Amino acid sequence: MLQLVADGFIIGSVIALGAIGVTLVYSILRFANFAHGELLTWGAYLAWTALIGIVAVWGPAEPLGPFSFGWPLLVALAISAVATAALALLVDRLLFRQLRQHGNAITLIMASFGAALVLRNLLQFIYGSIPEYYSREIQVAIRLIPRDVLGGLRITPDQLFVLGLTAVSVVSLHGFLTRTTLGKAMRATSNNPQLARVTGIDVDQIIRATWIIGAVLATVAGVFSGLTVQLRPQLGLDLLLPLFAAAILGGIGSVYGAVVGGLIVGLAESLSVPLVGAEYRAATAFAVLIAILLIRPTGLFGERT
Amino acid sequence: MPDLLGLLSYGTFFLVFATIFALVVLGLNLQWGFTGLFNVGVAGFVAVGAYTSALITAPNYPDQIGGLGLPILLGWLGAMATSGIAAFIIGIAALRLRHDYLAIATFGVAVTLQLVALNAKGLTGGPFGLQFIPKPFADVITDSLAWNVTYLLITSALLGLSYVALERLVRSPWGRVLRAIREDETAAESLGKRAFRFRLQAFVVGCMLMGLGGALYAHFVGYIAPEDFLPILTFQLWTMLIVGGSGNNRGAILGALVVWALWTLSGNVLRELVPSEYQARAATLQVVLIGLLLMLILLLRPRGLLGEETVVSRHMRDETADTKKE
Repeated sequence: MLQLVADGFIIGSVIALGAIGVTLVYSILRFANFAHGELLTWGAYLAWTALIGIVAVWGPAEPLGPFSFGWPLLVALAISAVATAALALLVDRLLFRQLRQHGNAITLIMASFGAALVLRNLLQFIYGSIPEYYSREIQVAIRLIPRDVLGGLRITPDQLFVLGLTAVSVVSLHGFLTRTTLGKAMRATSNNPQLARVTGIDVDQIIRATWIIGAVLATVAGVFSGLTVQLRPQLGLDLLLPLFAAAILGGIGSVYGAVVGGLIVGLAESLSVPLVGAEYRAATAFAVLIAILLIRPTGLFGERT
Repeated sequence: MPDLLGLLSYGTFFLVFATIFALVVLGLNLQWGFTGLFNVGVAGFVAVGAYTSALITAPNYPDQIGGLGLPILLGWLGAMATSGIAAFIIGIAALRLRHDYLAIATFGVAVTLQLVALNAKGLTGGPFGLQFIPKPFADVITDSLAWNVTYLLITSALLGLSYVALERLVRSPWGRVLRAIREDETAAESLGKRAFRFRLQAFVVGCMLMGLGGALYAHFVGYIAPEDFLPILTFQLWTMLIVGGSGNNRGAILGALVVWALWTLSGNVLRELVPSEYQARAATLQVVLIGLLLMLILLLRPRGLLGEETVVSRHMRDETADTKKE
C-alpha cells in the first residue's frame, strides 16, 4: 500500500511537471497542445545525447553519493533544457505564430497534433526505437519503512532525487510567478489578454517565456521519466493523456492545480494497478478525465470553463 | 498481358482503400467541417466498428468471446451501432464544454481502446488481433481480382449512398442549424436551437460512418490487429479532410484520394530507395512528410483544395448567385 503511494508520487511528479507546461500554454496561448508530450521525449533524448558527449570528452564520472548518475547527467539536463526550449520556440515561430495571426484555436490544436507526429517520428528516425538508459548501474533500493507496517516502503535514491527536484522546481516557479515582473505579466495575460496588452505588456515576450518555462519543465519531466523507467520514443505520447487529465483536473490555467492534479493522477494510476492490472494503468487517466468532465469541468482550482 | 493485369489489380486494391477512407472522412467532415467538432479519436471509432463487425460475423473463435458467425450485413449494422453508442457516451461527457475538451476526451478514447485491443485477449485477440473475418461473396467469386472489383463496387456504392445522404442532410434545415451553431453558438441558442443536442446528433452520425468504414476495412483485409488503428490513422484521415477542403463533401472524397495516393506513392519510393535494413526508420520519414503536408496546407491554403460552399440552401441559391464568390 505505502509502496504504491510512493510510486504514485514519483509518476505524479513527472506528470505534474509536464502538466504545468500544458496548463500554461493552454491559459496563455489558448489551445490544447498535443505536441507537449514530444517536448518531454525530446528533452529526455537530447539530455541522453549531451550525456554521451560529456562522457566522451571528460570520461565517465563517479556517481554522486548514492545516486546512479554523476555530475554529467546534471550538466546534460541543463544543456538539454536550453536545447528543448530552443526547439519549442522554433516550432512556435514556424508554425503556431503564423496560425495565431489568422486562425482559430482549433487550427492550432490540429497543427499541434501534426507537429507531435512529425516531432515523434523525426526523433524515432534519428535515435531508432530501441530503449535507452542514462545509466546501466543497478541501484539498491533503501528500505525506509519495514515490511510489517502497511506493506513497507522501499525507494531508490534516484526516486528521492526526482521528488526533491520536483518540489524545488514547483517552489521556484511559484516564486517566479508571484515575485517577478515577467511572472506577474504572465498571470495577467492568462487572466485577460486584451487588458494585458492595453496595459503595455509585451505579449510576444510572454509567449516566449511560456514556451521556455514549459520546455524546461518538460525536459526535467522527460529526464525523470528516463531515469526512473527508460528512454523510449513513445515516452511523451504515453504521458500525454495523464498530462491533459492532470491539467484539467487541477483546473486549466492553475499551476498549483496542475501539480495537485498530476499527483492525483499519478496516485490513481499507481493505486489502480492491483485492481485492473498494470497494462490498463494509462486508462486510469482517462477514467479520471471523464469523471472530472462530468462532475466538475472547471477542475479543482479553476474558475473558467 | 500480366503487367496490365497487375496494374488493374493494384488499382482496384488502391481504390478500395481510398473509398473506405473517403467514407470515414465524410463522417469526419460532418463533425468538423459542418459542426466544428474536433475529433482526435477517429482511429478509435474506426477500430470499434472493425472489431464489432469481426466479432459478429467471424466463425467461432476458440477461448474467446464472439465469433457469432452471423451474416455480414448484420456485422456492418452492428459496427455502426456500437460506434454510435461509444460516440453518444463520449458526447454526453464532452460536448457541453469548450471544443478543446472534446479533442482531449476523444484522444483518450483512442488511447484507451488501443489498450483494450492490445490487452483484452478474451475479446479482441490481443496483439495478434482477429483473423478469418469473412469476405462477402467469397464463396461465389473465387477469382481474387474479380472479388476485389466486386468489393470495390460495394464500397463505392456505400460511399455514393453516404455522399448523397450527407449532401441532403447538410442542405436541409438540420444542416443549416449545424453551421449556425458552428459559427455562433449564442446566436443559434437564442433562436431556440439546442446546440448540445445538434452537436451530439452530428457527432454520433459521424462516428457511425467511421464505424462502418472500420467494418468495411476488416472484411476487405480479413484480418485486423491493434496496430491497424494507431494515432497515425487519425492523422492521415485528418490530413485528407484538410487537404480536400473541410466543409465540402466532394472535397472530403477528393482529399481521401489525393492523400492516399501520396501516401502509397511515398511509401513505394522509400521502399525502392532505402536499403531493407533501414526500412523501419524510413517509414518514420513518411509520417514526417505527410505531417509537413498538413502543416503547409494549414499555413498556405487553409480552405483546402475545394473550399466550403458559402451557400447551401436551394432557396438562397438564385438570389446570392452573384455574391457567392469569397
